[in-house]
Amino acid sequence: MNYLLGAFKPACNISITFSDGKNRKQVPMKKENGQTATVPLFHSQETISGKVCIEPYQGKKVEHNGVKVELLGQIEMYFDRGNFYDFTSLVRELDVPGEIYERKTYPFEFPTVEMPYETYNGVNVRLRYVLKVTIARGYAGSILEYQELVVRNYAPPPEINNSIKMEVGIEDCLHIEFEYNKSKYHLKDVILGKIYFLLVRIKMKNMDLEIRRRESTGAGANTHVETETLAKFELMDGTPVRGESIPVRLFLAPYDLTPTHRNINNKFSVKYYLNLVLVDEEDRRYFKQQEITLYRLKEDTSS
Amino acid sequence: MRTFAGVEDEDKWLAEGIAGIQHNAFFMHRALDANNLREVLKYSVLMLSELRTSKLSPQKYYDLYMRAFDQLRQLEIFFKDESRHGLPVVDLYELVQHAGNILPRTYLLCTVGSVYIKSKQAPSKDVLKDLVEMCRGVQHPIRGLFLRSYLAQVSRDKLPEIGSDYEGDANTVMDAVEFVLQNFTEMNKLWVRVQQQGPGTVREKQEKERNELRDLVGKNLHVLGQIEGVDLEMYKETVLPRVVEQIVNCKDELAQYYLMECIIQVFPDEYHLQTLDTLLAACTQLMPTVDTKIVLTQLMDRLSNYAASSSDVLHEFLQVEAFAKLSNAIGKVIETQLEMPIVGAMTLFVSLLTFTLRVHPDRLDYVDQVLGACVVKLSSVPKLEDARAMKQVVALLSAPLEKYNDIVTALTLSNYPRVMDHLDDGTNKVMAMLIIQSIMKNDSCISTADKVEVLFELIKGLIKDLDGTNTEELDEEDFQEEQNSVARLIHMLDNEEPEEMLKIICVVRKHLMTGGPRRLPFTVPPLVFSALRLVRQLESQDGDIAGEDVPATPRAVFQILNQTIEVLSSVPCPELALRLYLQCAEAASDCDLEPVAYELFTQAFILYEEEIADSKEQVTAIHLIVGTLQRINVFGVENRDTLTHKATGYSARLLKKPDQCRAVYACSHLFWVDDLDGIKDGERALLCLRRALRIANAAQQMANATRGNSGPVTLFVEILNKYIYFFEKGNPHITPSDIQSLVELINNEMQSDNGNTTIHSDPFFTSTLRYIRFQKQKGGLMGEKYDPIKL
Repeated sequence: MNYLLGAFKPACNISITFSDGKNRKQVPMKKENGQTATVPLFHSQETISGKVCIEPYQGKKVEHNGVKVELLGQIEMYFDRGNFYDFTSLVRELDVPGEIYERKTYPFEFPTVEMPYETYNGVNVRLRYVLKVTIARGYAGSILEYQELVVRNYAPPPEINNSIKMEVGIEDCLHIEFEYNKSKYHLKDVILGKIYFLLVRIKMKNMDLEIRRRESTGAGANTHVETETLAKFELMDGTPVRGESIPVRLFLAPYDLTPTHRNINNKFSVKYYLNLVLVDEEDRRYFKQQEITLYRLKEDTSS
Repeated sequence: MRTFAGVEDEDKWLAEGIAGIQHNAFFMHRALDANNLREVLKYSVLMLSELRTSKLSPQKYYDLYMRAFDQLRQLEIFFKDESRHGLPVVDLYELVQHAGNILPRTYLLCTVGSVYIKSKQAPSKDVLKDLVEMCRGVQHPIRGLFLRSYLAQVSRDKLPEIGSDYEGDANTVMDAVEFVLQNFTEMNKLWVRVQQQGPGTVREKQEKERNELRDLVGKNLHVLGQIEGVDLEMYKETVLPRVVEQIVNCKDELAQYYLMECIIQVFPDEYHLQTLDTLLAACTQLMPTVDTKIVLTQLMDRLSNYAASSSDVLHEFLQVEAFAKLSNAIGKVIETQLEMPIVGAMTLFVSLLTFTLRVHPDRLDYVDQVLGACVVKLSSVPKLEDARAMKQVVALLSAPLEKYNDIVTALTLSNYPRVMDHLDDGTNKVMAMLIIQSIMKNDSCISTADKVEVLFELIKGLIKDLDGTNTEELDEEDFQEEQNSVARLIHMLDNEEPEEMLKIICVVRKHLMTGGPRRLPFTVPPLVFSALRLVRQLESQDGDIAGEDVPATPRAVFQILNQTIEVLSSVPCPELALRLYLQCAEAASDCDLEPVAYELFTQAFILYEEEIADSKEQVTAIHLIVGTLQRINVFGVENRDTLTHKATGYSARLLKKPDQCRAVYACSHLFWVDDLDGIKDGERALLCLRRALRIANAAQQMANATRGNSGPVTLFVEILNKYIYFFEKGNPHITPSDIQSLVELINNEMQSDNGNTTIHSDPFFTSTLRYIRFQKQKGGLMGEKYDPIKL
């Protein structure tokens, strides 16, 4: 039995460490099995360097046809699970074919890597960056090891950031004007605004502001659109009278938001909307949706 | 929408809400003990979510609110202590705003906000401004009201008022005022919105519920009134205009009424006085259904009291022309509020009058002006029929009486009688009675004919029948009461100057003569006596009045009197007229006016002969005549003879024998006046007595014949007494033997009457005999005189 088990056991232990691993920021990431793991955080244009350490198990040797490390940027569609589309692929050969008898360490470096897209975990799609170490073997199958990493990219504050202002209404029934102070928000931003009631002829129960995420995947006829409501924030309780103005102040920090992604590699888009919903006493909903752009602002502190 | 469920359901819901609060408060407390901020926030939000209910009436909701309120106190203590939750208050302020539901969110925000201000890490005005703004999200009237009332409560001790820790730098008292004003405005808007919907009973209930909420709104005004540093200037420029603007704009009857009342109660009188223009302008802008009069009334009452509190403030009133402004405002209100019942207008006038009486007691023209306005208003309505309005008019008319304690002042008010004209007859009488009572109470003397004229014009309701009065409906007792009052009033009219007094009497007479037969018996006697007093006065001043051109001579007075009494005789009230004639005759005699006295007597006799038919009345009249005649000494022999002859004649012709007898022996006194120069015709006196004896005898026999019983011997005993009287007075024609024989006669009569009369002998007779014995035993001159009489 021992002999049999031993046959399926990997012959060696592969570990990947980053050269600044101790100082680098770690962020939590949900894994496929639902658990959360902490993963190192990178930004585009950063140099990814570290060591790959291969340590054969006691008394074993590893025959191989070469060792390499790859940095992959992949997009996986869930309707096509397991099939990754690599939009970035960088390779470093670490060893020529031969045998490894004892622990062996290979440094590697990918200088100033272009990582244009952010890591994203959506409903129907995910975008990930991964380091993949391959010990190529002929007949026994290659030995693989993965190390996930998270990429986040900061955007500069937009130069043009107009407010959103709009007048909507149902004739002779409800007439409102709303205003959000910006159209582009960073992820820790606060949405400020006002809702003016110009005409109120219905009895209202409440008014909510929702943040909705619209994820569209695929292209053409195969486009899948998935919409999630990430935040539901009550702005108003009861019915206002004509002329009343209701303040809006919504902190984005508590919500799990990502920047807006537009047409990532022709595979998917993620867009955000503010949805103003009025609910009347018969539970009818009146709403108006406005797109907002979310971006990641470089945080000035290290937190 | 709140459904109108039964009380039981509501109790159930309340119980559920309380249970929810307690449940979550329990976990919140555990988290507090563990200093676990996340859990604290989680459970406090859950707890506060119980306040989101729409099922409770305001009262029940208040109950629930109070439970949550107590818990929030604990929470505030926790928030205050940064070491417990480890978060700077600024971050905490943001953190609580992450809550998804608005109501728990804003409650928490207010709680943290108060801690934030206390920490002084941010200017209090900014925090306050933010809080009051964020509360806008709660538009549900009841929930919003309670939320804002919570805000008001937690911020009360953190306002940047003068002398507080939070004042200074950029935070001024103005910010405090601004904050409270804004919260007030919003609360009022919410309150106004506690809408009335649904019919009849439901609406009534809602109205009641709404009323229960009003103090939440009014509290803000109280706070404004208490903020240190709100000086007159700021009140005038900011506070009042803003509050008034809100009141006027909310266009809600209940709110307008309550809030105006609040303003008047909360702020100092001095401020009211200085801002009269604004206040009054506001009053005219209220909804037509608002009871502006109560508002104005309260304002005027307060100002009146203020004026009364210290004389130092009076000049302020003058400075701001308070009266003119109030008067104008009232005019406008009455003009614009056409639906206002007349009683409302009258109430306003009463208040204004009270005000002016307190503030400007010296300005009678103001009083008159108020009355004038009242007249104008009253003239615009057809007929005053509202009893309450009538009451107000009475109050209006009484006020000056009470204030000046002097009807004389009121008499100078030209509009006074014009107001009275608008009263109905009943009220007019009541008012007239009040006037008279006032005069009586204050013992005021009306001393000129002009005033008397006005006065009688005022009380004409009592003096004569007004058109359309149904006399049958009048209560006899009330009528007598009224007329007695008038009678008393006549005595209050007095003047030292005889001429003026005469005028007064003429005026009074003129008015009284219109009173009709029912009133004259009451009113003529006081007039007569009043005139007689004048006569006596003239008599005593005899030396002063010289010359014929002076109209006030006794003779003239008597002429008036004669005419006056003559009217009475035709009323018919001859008995009274007779008495008055006699009274006058006696007075005339005192004035040495023989012809006048004779004339008066003649009148009396004519009355006796022609008008007095009742035998009892006749007896009384005879005795009166005899009595008066006996006292009058002015007559010459001839006149006197004529009169005494007449009187004696009448006496003998009375219907009943005993009456005849008594009248006749009374006449004996006409011939023997026990004065120094009185007539002393002993013979004719004796004749009278003899005649009386004869009549008594006849009476005795008549009694015997009809009943077989001669009855008591009273008449004889009475005559015996007369004998003794004249005997003692020295009438030479009365001898001891006359007395003795009379005594024997009586004794005989008593014995012959029947056997047993001796047992209960006549006490009068017995005491008469005892007197005679006493006189005999006493000795001296009188004893000797009595000596011959043997008993």
